[in-house]
Amino acid sequence: MKKLIVSPSPHLLSGNSTSNIMFDMIVALFPALLVGIYVFGPRALIVTCVCVATCMLSEFLIRKLMRRSNTISDFSAIVTGILLAFNLPPQIPLWVAVIGSVFAIVVVKQLFGGIGQNFANPAIAARIFLVVSFGTYMTSWTEPFAYRYGLDATASATPLTDLANTKTLDLLLGNTSGCIGEISALALLIGGIYLVIRRVINPLVPFTFIGTVFVFTWVLGEDPVKQILAGGLMLGAIFMATDYSTTPATLKGKIIFAFGCGVITTLIRVFGSYPEGVSFAILLMNLITPLIDRITATKPVGTGGTNRV
Amino acid sequence: MAIVRAKRRLAGAHVPHHKNTEQMETQRCPIPPRVVIPLLQHMGTPCDPLVKKGDMVLVGQKIGDSSHPFSVPIHASCSGIVAEIAEYRNVLGVSCKAVVIDTDGEQRIDPSIAPPIIQDRESFLSAVRESGAVGLGGAGFPTHIKLGYQDIDRVDKLVINAAECEPYITSDYRTCIEDTQAIADGIHLICRYLGIQKVYIGIEDNKPLAIERLNSLFSPAEDVSIVSLKSLYPQGAEKSIIYATCGVIVPKGKLPADCGVLVINVSTVAHLGNYLKAGMPLIARRITVDGDAVGKPSNLHVLIGTPIRAVLDFCKVPENSYGKVLMGGPMMGTAVESVEMPVIKNNNAILAFTEKSAQLPQTTACIRCGKCIGICPMKLMPARLEKAYDTRNPELLMKLHVDLCINCGCCSFICPAKRHLAQKNQLGKVLLKEYQSKGVSNK
Repeated sequence: MKKLIVSPSPHLLSGNSTSNIMFDMIVALFPALLVGIYVFGPRALIVTCVCVATCMLSEFLIRKLMRRSNTISDFSAIVTGILLAFNLPPQIPLWVAVIGSVFAIVVVKQLFGGIGQNFANPAIAARIFLVVSFGTYMTSWTEPFAYRYGLDATASATPLTDLANTKTLDLLLGNTSGCIGEISALALLIGGIYLVIRRVINPLVPFTFIGTVFVFTWVLGEDPVKQILAGGLMLGAIFMATDYSTTPATLKGKIIFAFGCGVITTLIRVFGSYPEGVSFAILLMNLITPLIDRITATKPVGTGGTNRV
Repeated sequence: MAIVRAKRRLAGAHVPHHKNTEQMETQRCPIPPRVVIPLLQHMGTPCDPLVKKGDMVLVGQKIGDSSHPFSVPIHASCSGIVAEIAEYRNVLGVSCKAVVIDTDGEQRIDPSIAPPIIQDRESFLSAVRESGAVGLGGAGFPTHIKLGYQDIDRVDKLVINAAECEPYITSDYRTCIEDTQAIADGIHLICRYLGIQKVYIGIEDNKPLAIERLNSLFSPAEDVSIVSLKSLYPQGAEKSIIYATCGVIVPKGKLPADCGVLVINVSTVAHLGNYLKAGMPLIARRITVDGDAVGKPSNLHVLIGTPIRAVLDFCKVPENSYGKVLMGGPMMGTAVESVEMPVIKNNNAILAFTEKSAQLPQTTACIRCGKCIGICPMKLMPARLEKAYDTRNPELLMKLHVDLCINCGCCSFICPAKRHLAQKNQLGKVLLKEYQSKGVSNK
């Protein structure tokens, strides 16, 4: 008798897959990468490639060492590599980029169980690790287009430390100093719109994060337009505060998360000793994600009471 | 009466429609040489056989019944000789008896078949039972139990479920097109004997022709609304269609009737309408035959008890082309172990898929995307329920209301990691039930 395949329903699945989502992330990061390479030269591409290669190799080796299945094909290590590179100054020594990548994948991601299990965003945690450990390298900035004139032109500051003298248009297009991937708000927004269309992220998350920073910096007497365009806010709000593993699971939770990120970012920028606060804000909110998840559990249809578990 | 758009809805998934058979008029599937008629084709107690080996049976003759109220009589779909009373195991693994009939192809009708005489509610309900009616949408719930609910007088709204949200299936749609008058008759019958004034017909907006046909049936004086629902799976789930049509949320543990609502599948209503006129009990039904292994997708009028193999043969499906055969839709249907199984009352489709498309993809780690939470019509948290089941934690399953899961399959459908979320919920329900019954026996 002919043998038939028997399995429980549903028998029809969507075309979604983890690797598709990660691939969409990579596509969405491309405009910002192109601007980074255009403004900072081949060095930006080299740093990005080193980060991506190290992340992939670390993921492959640590999984092998832990005798776990190979997860290189889900592309998540590539996304981490690009995001970390985007958070580094273009003249960063390559060995520092390598250390950061290994830290992101091995310590932050894989030691906690790999994709979906890490409590902090690997790229953010690695960036903070590098800021604390290699402060000088992480704050040596390059003037835009310096590579074209063969200059080793070191910029004194990023736009955030001198917002009054930075033009809004430059912040939008990326004609400014800063980390590789954060300089052009426009390029990041294009990537964000792509992710919204592909239903990878919910637009309310970056909207809430950026909107909160806009309102609070305005209230505190800053220039809100420049505040939201400068620094790592766009990059963080669109690509890192929307990370699945490290943010709440429900929409309500995600919005609370984004609001918290906005408040902390503003506080650090306006009152803190660091000029930039996006990465600290996201990391701090990553830590309270389990608590947000707890208070934002859904209330199933037809159950009157609360459903806190 | 009017066509209205549903303003509210519970969540759901945008599944592909694949309604390839929409335009296919219903054809008659030929009488097979042998039919197997299981004596359990409803949710409830199996019937006892009323015939024995060697007996001659006629079309419409009652061949199985039970004194238990929670059962529905079974009728012969063909005339012929009873070959045997066999042991039968249905798709859910439940054993019962089955009457096997060697057909004579003459389809001689039982002379006692006559339109029922209905005077009051009691005779109406007994006629419903005698008609062999069960929920034809898939669940197979005995219709006379539903209509005879003790608090039926509190029911003031009748919802006709014509949503047909499952991909591929168009049998309810064809019923709306081809059997429109019977639907109206059935609705009038129910309204008259149960004293219901307000009728909603819920139907997805991808079926404009059916909406038009249904709309032309009722006079403006009648309080009948055709509610056009956005095509979103599972709009035809009982709780979803009640909310979308009447705006009523059925509380956990309550029946729709407790909220004053009665939901009936459109094909069931059409059967009641036809039975009232002709008196022929449920011996055949309309099914959709489709799937990527089917060369000639069709809508068929199939005699109950016809083996799936005969249906597939008629639709020109070569034996080596399929690897998986479903009874029902791809979202909630059951995969059969053998094509010798017969078509039964609550079977609205036979879908055959190639081995290639039936292969299950590899499951990967949960990435916490939360898509399963956003899509669940019951607002459950499947990712968390899965963990609760994996750690065998019945208390957490209870707190997370696993028993509210309607097994629509949206969570498994949407999951990018291809995790078996809906399936784990089913296992979780069993675990919770075991835990609860243990708790009772300890007390």
